[in-house]
Amino acid sequence: MSSIVPFESDPIRPAEPRCLTISVDGERIEGLRGQSIAGILLAQGRTAWRTTVAGRERGVFCGIGVCFDCVGTVNGESDVRLCLRRARDGDTVETQDDSEEDTR
Amino acid sequence: MKHVLVIGAGPAGLTAAVAAADAGARVTVLDSGTGPGGQYWRHLPPERPSRREARLHHGWSEFERLRERTERDGSIDVVTEAQAWAIETTGGATVHALIGPSDAAGREALALEADSLVFATGAHDRTLPFPGWNLPGVFSAGAAQALAKGERIAVGRRAVVAGAGPFLLPVAQSLTATGSTVLGVYEAARTPALAKGWLPRPWRLLSSARKGGELAGYLAHHLRHRVPYRLGRAVVEARGDGRVEEAVIARLDADWSPIPGTELTVAADAVCVSHGFTPRLELPIAAGCEIGPDRFVTVDDDQRTSVDGVWAAGEITGIGGVDAALAEGRVAGHLAAGGDRSAIGPARRRRRASADFARRIEAAHGVRPGWTAWMREDTVVCRCEEVAYGALLGTAAATEQGSLRSVKLTTRAGLGICQARMCGRTVEELTGADPSRAADTSDRRPLAAPVRLGDLAGLSSKDDPQKGEH
Repeated sequence: MSSIVPFESDPIRPAEPRCLTISVDGERIEGLRGQSIAGILLAQGRTAWRTTVAGRERGVFCGIGVCFDCVGTVNGESDVRLCLRRARDGDTVETQDDSEEDTR
Repeated sequence: MKHVLVIGAGPAGLTAAVAAADAGARVTVLDSGTGPGGQYWRHLPPERPSRREARLHHGWSEFERLRERTERDGSIDVVTEAQAWAIETTGGATVHALIGPSDAAGREALALEADSLVFATGAHDRTLPFPGWNLPGVFSAGAAQALAKGERIAVGRRAVVAGAGPFLLPVAQSLTATGSTVLGVYEAARTPALAKGWLPRPWRLLSSARKGGELAGYLAHHLRHRVPYRLGRAVVEARGDGRVEEAVIARLDADWSPIPGTELTVAADAVCVSHGFTPRLELPIAAGCEIGPDRFVTVDDDQRTSVDGVWAAGEITGIGGVDAALAEGRVAGHLAAGGDRSAIGPARRRRRASADFARRIEAAHGVRPGWTAWMREDTVVCRCEEVAYGALLGTAAATEQGSLRSVKLTTRAGLGICQARMCGRTVEELTGADPSRAADTSDRRPLAAPVRLGDLAGLSSKDDPQKGEH
C-alpha cells in the first residue's frame, strides 16, 4: 500500500505541513499544501482511481505527466493528469470511468 | 541585447540559462513543472520546506547555486507551469506556450520571440511491457523516485526494483528513504555485458569523477540497507487481484530471454521497472532539428543543432547523466548568447568525457531483443488503447507493407491519449518498423504537448482576428 512519510519522523526534518481539503467523488479528503492530487490519493493508500475502456483499474504509472494513466476530472474539466496538478483547497475531483463511454 | 529562450529547467537548462546571462544575454526559461530542477533535482514544493532536503539528492548545492542565481539575476526570467506546445523557426524563433495549472482550460497564452533557442527538455524512463504491467502498483522506476523526492510518497511497503541501467540504484535509495523495504534490485544485464560496457579504458571514468562518486554512494547505500543487487534477472510478470500482490522474477540469458525453470515469486505491493530512457523530442522535431540514427537530437561539438540559432543540451542529445548535462548546458547557453568559444574550453572537454559514459551505459544496459519471450498473447502493449501483444503481432503479419502507420491505424496501438510516448518505441520494435522512415517513427506528433481543443480554437481565432467576426 502506498503511504506518505509522516513529517514527524521524516529524517529530512520538514516544517509542520499545512493542510487543505479536496473532495473526491463527493468524499472530503485532507491533504497537504503543495501536494499533487495524485499525491493526496496515494497518501491515503489509494493506488487506482481510473477505470479504462476495458474496465481495468489504473492509477499513477509514470508519475511525471507522460503516460496519462492517472487522469481524472478536476473542477469539471476531464482528462487532467493528477500527478501534475497541484491540489488547491476546495478542488472537486471526480474519478473517471472510461468504460462507461462505450455504452453512452 | 540577445534574447535566449531556454526550454527546460533541469541541470542542462539551468546551467545554459546562467551561462547565457554570463555572456550578456537576456534569458527566459520555460519549464512545465511547478518549480525548477527537472527530474534530477525534483524536490518538495515551497509549501513543504524541510531543513535537510539535500539528503535526498546528489549535487544539491549545485542546484541551490543555480536556483539562487536565476532568482537573483534580473536578466534571467524563469517561468514555471509553462507548457510550450508549438514552435516556429522561420526568421528568428517564436515559441507558443500556455501558462497555468497542468491541463487546465483557459490558461494564459504566450508567444515568445527569441534570437536563439536552447532545448533542454530531458528524457522520461522507458518501461518494456510484461504480463501484469498494467496492474495498479506497477510503476515506472522514475515514478517511484519522483514521488519519493517530490512528495515524500512511498509507492509501497515491499518494493521490487527492476529493469536495466545505473538509474535503478538511486531509485532503490529513494524508496528506502521513504521507509519502503526494497526486496531487491534486478538488473537485466549480465556480468559479461557489464564488463564490456564498464571495464574498457577505466581511466576515462576518472574524468567523470563525480559520476563515479555518485555510483559509489549508491553501492554503499545498498550494502548498508542489505538490498540485494542481482544481475541477469528481470520481473517477467506482476500478479494480483486488481492490484499488485506478487512479482515473478526470472534469470535471463545474454539476450534477455527468460531461462525456463528459474522463476521465483515474491510477495510485493510495488513493482518499479525501467529499461532506459526516451528523450523528449517533440519540440526539437517541431523546430525542424535533425534527429540522428541513435534517436537523439544531432548536435556538433558546440551543442548546435541542424537548425540555425537552435542549440540542445542534456539527455535529449544522449543519455549521459548529470555531468554531461551540466557541461553541455554551459556550452549551449554561452554560445547561444553569442559568447566566444575560447571561454568554454573546459566545459567542451568535459562534455566529450561524458559522451564516453553514455556509450558505456548503452553497451552494458541497452535493451536486448530476447525480452519478447516473456510476453503473452494477452499482454497489453499499448496502455492507452489496451492493445494486446497477440493482436499487434497478428496485424503486423497481415499488413503487407508493414509500415508502422498502417499497423497503428488498424490496431490503434500508439494512437491513445499519451500519443505513443509510452509504447511507441516498443511497437516499432515489435512490428519491425524502420524508424528512420517518417511513416515508421513514433517520435512525430501533431502537437508537442496536449492542448485542450477549446484552447486551440481560442488560440487560432486570436491569431486570425477576422475569424471571430463571421
